[in-house]
Amino acid sequence: MPRPAASSVGRPIAVTASDSTTRSALVQFLLRLGDDRLVLGHRLSEWCGHGPILEEDIALANIALDLVGQAALLLDLAGATEDAGRDGDALAYLREAIDYRNVLLVELPKGDFAFTVVRQFLFSVAAYYQLEGIARSTQTDLAGIAAKALKETRYHVRHAGEWVIKLGDGTDESHARTQSALDGLWRYTGEMFQTDAVDAALVGAGLVPDLTTVEPRWLAQVTDVIERATLTIPAAGYMQRGGRSGRHTEHLGIMLAEMQILQRSYPGAKW
Amino acid sequence: MPDSPDAVREFEARIAAGETIEPKDWMPDRYRKQLIRMMSQHAHSEVVGMLPEGNWITRAPTLRRKLGLLAKVQDEAGHGLYIYCGTETLGIDRAELVDQLLAGKAKYSSIFNYPTLTWADIGAIGWFVDGAAIVNQTMLAKASYGPYARAMVRICKEENFHKRQGYEIMATLSAGTPEQKRIAQDAVNRWWWPSLMMFGPSDKDSPNSAELTRWGIKRKGNDELRQRFVNLTVGQAVAIDLVLPDPELRHDAETGNWHFGPIDWDEFTRVVHGDGPLNRERLAARQDAHRAGAWVRDAAVAHAAKRAAAADAVAKSAAA
Repeated sequence: MPRPAASSVGRPIAVTASDSTTRSALVQFLLRLGDDRLVLGHRLSEWCGHGPILEEDIALANIALDLVGQAALLLDLAGATEDAGRDGDALAYLREAIDYRNVLLVELPKGDFAFTVVRQFLFSVAAYYQLEGIARSTQTDLAGIAAKALKETRYHVRHAGEWVIKLGDGTDESHARTQSALDGLWRYTGEMFQTDAVDAALVGAGLVPDLTTVEPRWLAQVTDVIERATLTIPAAGYMQRGGRSGRHTEHLGIMLAEMQILQRSYPGAKW
Repeated sequence: MPDSPDAVREFEARIAAGETIEPKDWMPDRYRKQLIRMMSQHAHSEVVGMLPEGNWITRAPTLRRKLGLLAKVQDEAGHGLYIYCGTETLGIDRAELVDQLLAGKAKYSSIFNYPTLTWADIGAIGWFVDGAAIVNQTMLAKASYGPYARAMVRICKEENFHKRQGYEIMATLSAGTPEQKRIAQDAVNRWWWPSLMMFGPSDKDSPNSAELTRWGIKRKGNDELRQRFVNLTVGQAVAIDLVLPDPELRHDAETGNWHFGPIDWDEFTRVVHGDGPLNRERLAARQDAHRAGAWVRDAAVAHAAKRAAAADAVAKSAAA
């Protein structure tokens, strides 16, 4: 999996409007995108060797590779933009849970196969429409990463969507498990579309297009697949949030403890 | 019905002439059985082999290492699938082979019954286990059965990449902090002898060797391959300042080989027969995954049947 060397760290990044507010908003935005992918990729990688069929071990590992690969690029770019001497690895392995900026949706434990594919579908459809917009960013490094990620995400949407339909419209048991996964996950979907001052600063500076059209497009596609899967969209209710400001579930700290153990145990070592 | 002597003679003449046997060709029943045994063991080894390395995916120390390890374990799943498909050309179902594994009736490479205790084990497995596999598979790439030989050619390319990746992990650790060097040496100490056992018992004690050699499935003996692996690896260890745990290791000027000490075949036999450190855990992990995935496989079948019925109904109403 090719990725740029960490040597890009320290290289001043060409932020079009290079004032410090825009720069720090861009760093936050990149952390959000990168953390979503790192945490979800990590969760998917937990399936490796334990999938329901060998083909799915391969497919889930493939999606995990794409997501962690995207995260590596995004976090390296976040580090370079921040210009404080941190590369992607420092950001991934040496931040606390309260510094992570991923949505809560992606940090929930992997659950059963229905939970994993429903979450993947809900996330990937949103990611697809977001990346479509971000690929038009005037920040060319970011636009390039988004364009590459968009191609990968098209496959993730298709793969997860096909499974949602197969499981929803499969047996009674698979239907019940998939509906239960959807019911459990629905309250975490709103956070993916939440916007705040970070988005406003970047849209204002012309670095990122306005992404408010993502949610209706997401809902239309999700509804279509859910209906074909003979499943029911859960009733609207309170949407959990907090990940974007570091207010996470208890699951993230445990996940990071595992992920970060070597970097934490051997400070400064090279791997 | 036993194979006719004429047919066997003709078959063996083809092997002797270096011809490749393809799925539709006639072959002795024993040849078919030996290949199914060998190829399915190989496929099972790839699949069980995902477990010890998979154990470290969530703890890989950098993003680059995480991607590398995840890709490697994914490759192993791909190899498993590829070799299962190759085995199916001999007229047996993958599901039947998997059932044999889950029932504890099929063997897989014993090395995967050892635990991965530190990150350095990921380096040692790539370097030694993939290194040994390459020596073995380079020979199998010339096997008389076409589908197996072709699978080996493709798999060897990826194994070479894995071996380089593992060796590079070890080189990095060996040149790192004293604690990193310590885990690297400890991994070498634990994985070296089981890696030598991967080639199997000495040919004189190997029940299948003679037949496999006569039929061109194996082109070289276990001892010859083991010696080749040792000869290749000694210099690699010296180059990264790690010590192979064998006080008898010395270069024999006469043969050009590296002489190595006696292998503990009692340990080998014990692990093969189920009393290795993790035999039960490895099998249980495969059984758990299979059991937990049963409803998923059932759903896929049920959904495909519904789709087929719907397509059928559409076709009928169009015809009406």
